[in-house]
Amino acid sequence: MTVLDFAHVTKIYNVRGAGQMKALDDVSFTLQSGRTIGLVGQSGSGKSTIAKILTQLERPTSGDVLLDGAPIPQRGQALRRYRQQLRMVFQDPFASLNPYHSIRYHIERPLRLDGVVPAAQTEAEVRRLLERVRLDPQTVIDRRPHELSGGQRQRVAIARALASRPKILVADEPVSMLDVSIRLGVLNLLADLQREEGLGVLYITHDLATARHFSDEIIVLNQGRIVEQGTADDVILRPQDPYTRELRAASPDPEKHFAAQSPTGGLR
Amino acid sequence: MTAVQPQLTEPIEPGRDALDVGTTATRAVHGRSRVPWRFLGSRALFYLFTLWAAITINFFLPRMMKGDAVTQYLARNRNVSPEAADALRALLGLDTDKSLLQQYLDYWSHLLRGDLGVSLLHGLRPVTEVISQALPWTIGLVGFATIVSFTIGTVGGAVIGWRRGSRLDALIPITTFLSTIPYFWLGLLAIAVFSVNLRWFPIGKAYGVGVRPEWSLEFIGQVIHHGTLPALTIVIASLGGWMLGMRNMMLTVLDEDYITVAQAKGMPNSRVLWRYAARNAVLPQIQSFALSIGFIVGGTIVMEMVFSYPGIGKLLLDATNAKDYALMQGVFLVITISVLVANILADVAYAFLDPRTRQTEA
Amino acid sequence: MTTPATLGIRTAAAAPDPTSRQSRWAKLGGAFAMFRNGKSITGLAILGFFVLVAIFADVLAPFSPTTVDHTARFQPPSAQHWLGTTHIGEDVLSQVIHGTRGVIVVGFLAAAIATLIAITIGVISGYLSGWKSEGLSALTNVFLVIPGLPLIIIVASMFEDPPLWVIAAVLGLIGWAWGARVLRAQTMSLRNRDFIQAARANGEPLRRIITIEMLPNLMALIAASFVGTVTAAILSLTTLSYIGVIPVTTYNWGTILNWASAQGAFQQNQWWWYLPPGLCIAAIGVALSLINFGIDEYVNPRLRSAGERARAMKKKGMNVNDPVTAVRMDDVPHPADRKEHAS
Repeated sequence: MTVLDFAHVTKIYNVRGAGQMKALDDVSFTLQSGRTIGLVGQSGSGKSTIAKILTQLERPTSGDVLLDGAPIPQRGQALRRYRQQLRMVFQDPFASLNPYHSIRYHIERPLRLDGVVPAAQTEAEVRRLLERVRLDPQTVIDRRPHELSGGQRQRVAIARALASRPKILVADEPVSMLDVSIRLGVLNLLADLQREEGLGVLYITHDLATARHFSDEIIVLNQGRIVEQGTADDVILRPQDPYTRELRAASPDPEKHFAAQSPTGGLR
Repeated sequence: MTAVQPQLTEPIEPGRDALDVGTTATRAVHGRSRVPWRFLGSRALFYLFTLWAAITINFFLPRMMKGDAVTQYLARNRNVSPEAADALRALLGLDTDKSLLQQYLDYWSHLLRGDLGVSLLHGLRPVTEVISQALPWTIGLVGFATIVSFTIGTVGGAVIGWRRGSRLDALIPITTFLSTIPYFWLGLLAIAVFSVNLRWFPIGKAYGVGVRPEWSLEFIGQVIHHGTLPALTIVIASLGGWMLGMRNMMLTVLDEDYITVAQAKGMPNSRVLWRYAARNAVLPQIQSFALSIGFIVGGTIVMEMVFSYPGIGKLLLDATNAKDYALMQGVFLVITISVLVANILADVAYAFLDPRTRQTEA
Repeated sequence: MTTPATLGIRTAAAAPDPTSRQSRWAKLGGAFAMFRNGKSITGLAILGFFVLVAIFADVLAPFSPTTVDHTARFQPPSAQHWLGTTHIGEDVLSQVIHGTRGVIVVGFLAAAIATLIAITIGVISGYLSGWKSEGLSALTNVFLVIPGLPLIIIVASMFEDPPLWVIAAVLGLIGWAWGARVLRAQTMSLRNRDFIQAARANGEPLRRIITIEMLPNLMALIAASFVGTVTAAILSLTTLSYIGVIPVTTYNWGTILNWASAQGAFQQNQWWWYLPPGLCIAAIGVALSLINFGIDEYVNPRLRSAGERARAMKKKGMNVNDPVTAVRMDDVPHPADRKEHAS
């Protein structure tokens, strides 16, 4: 079992001309393989910062990130091996694939970079990965990203993330830019893959409903601080923190009476 | 185009909302930071650096020339006063007994005193005097023509962009073609047609031969008469660039949703065109205007040669041909400083026109 | 948050295509898609014509440019001299044809040098951050602000008889700044795009990120910058030759105009001498502008379709600037009619 420890991480950005901005303030959580954590919060709460720190696109100002007890290496072969274990699926299916390269190229690169399979088997592995995300390899493999739909692109992004056989998957709002009708399909795919591969998934979202559907545990983030943490049902059905309550109140509920709502009308 | 996300300045309590509390966006609306000091400050720093770079290039220019050319120059100006000779040596690098650093410092001390040496070509008059006689002609004609061209081009481009798909679209390739014609050839053609054949305008110069400059109506009339053809050719040649840029920007802006909202609100078309679309489209125009000032200066030199106009462009060419190094250095310096000043003015205008620069100060 | 900008999404084909493997030619064609519209093709054709003339100048020109025929001075166009003769009887047509070579060589060489420098400085300063990036940017801006033509005039006056490649090098060294600035801005915006972040997270080495991930996305900009620099170099060359700063022993259209002007051709209406070289410069300028228009429309599809959309709407009687569209009831079938067709 792989354990990822996010321990007391603080991240402060220096904004040119406007002083400092504290994106994360003493954030701690533990992610284990085989479990999904939902990270919930509005825009600007620090969710993407956590994703960037995990993928080493940013470094924490203070605090530690430990994979199986060892701190994340800064460079060299050790960093490469760490990167192999933790992969990310980005939010925007239109922007996360290079418009100039074919789908085959996108999935080949991590295979070649990490030497996951011998060179002779690369093509077969690419096709296998495409099938795992329920795309037809023959149709898709030679196309460029702009020839695919949003849902298909996101599946390709997932296949690319899985190519190096990681233990942890960070999904940064993977469905918020997709049509509502196909969101469930992609989320169910993620859930199946998580079960089959025994991945630990950090599911970052601002949508409470899918967080509850998909996660074992939920963490609520507000302006860089964790305000609530617990099992999915606990947090959604019995929220303690006022911010969590506001979030829940802001979710559209067809049964709710308008007159009974509070005058603040939510934070969005 | 990304927008700066307004940040809440205080946490929200029940009963208040974002507008009450105030975000960075609303603070700009309430006018708490009008002057974008940080933006202007960084630009000022850049311009100082560029000025230093230009002066240093100027310092090295004559020192790169062949030695015998400079000694010839020294041999030619016998009747120079000792102070003037001193200045010349410092400017042209003839005092080889001093170290390079010492020469550099001497050069700066001469500059700061306003001493640019004496001009061989103009009877040993101080270079500053020669340049200050020529400079107003250039600034007057070229400045006027450029403003006219920019205005017509921008307004025209806005209208053409608004009326896309109409016959006005044909103006774009026409004006672009006129811009790709080499300017000097256009000027020569204009002279051939309008001055030689039709005799509507005089052939060159700023005023009649043998006429003394004075503030009389007749003299001003002559100046306008002589200046019309050069100004006209400048306007025709540069119109295409402004029109094309503005029209392209308009097409991009008109696709934005806020234009549709404005029209759907029932706003009259003229307001949408000018207060909404053109107002936003003109911002990159001002930036490209600032960038093109250097090229406008280049065009001046050509124009003044073709029309024998007594501005600093012609001064530079005459100095180059006569190997009057002090004058060459001086004109280059003045040209560079003028370009810098024009850029600063454009930057200031841009800083005040673009609300985003004001907002990021908050 | 900006809406994702896509140039046109096609939903995936329903039927699987067994021969979907793209051939190399198709891939290459895709790389040059920016040149495939009418404007670019016209421009390329005109440019190609001039390049051919430059290459085959010796074969095409009826005379050597310096052949002097004392009996035929200042002659208007005739069967023997298609573009007439100069003041000492040289054939204008031959001079123009031979002059093409200097223009093309200097234009392309200067642009190649300038574009290479622009790519190096622009992309590197765009990708890095911090003082290295700011320093390169300041260098670029200095070159941008310092007026080019006066500097070239002064520098050129120091050479006695510079060979073509020296002229090209000087023009290139002064003209790279504009392209570098544009490329830096675009690289900075690309750097934050998700697919670059994904490549970094995958552990792609820096040189691969710049060359294989970023450069293809910058191709259109680089092409436009190159074409623009060719135009600027050709205009600078001909202008400097006309002014006389570049010695008149080299052949190009500017020097022909220099001689024509010095011999009073403009005053004496010898249009056959001064019109053709100027028209040639204009023609090449137009060709290069057309190519750039084509690239512009490829990069920004709004430019291409805006006019067409407006005209299509006009045909239907609508104005593209109307905020609301009137609904005409005469086109809507009567409910009773519709029932007849339903089975």
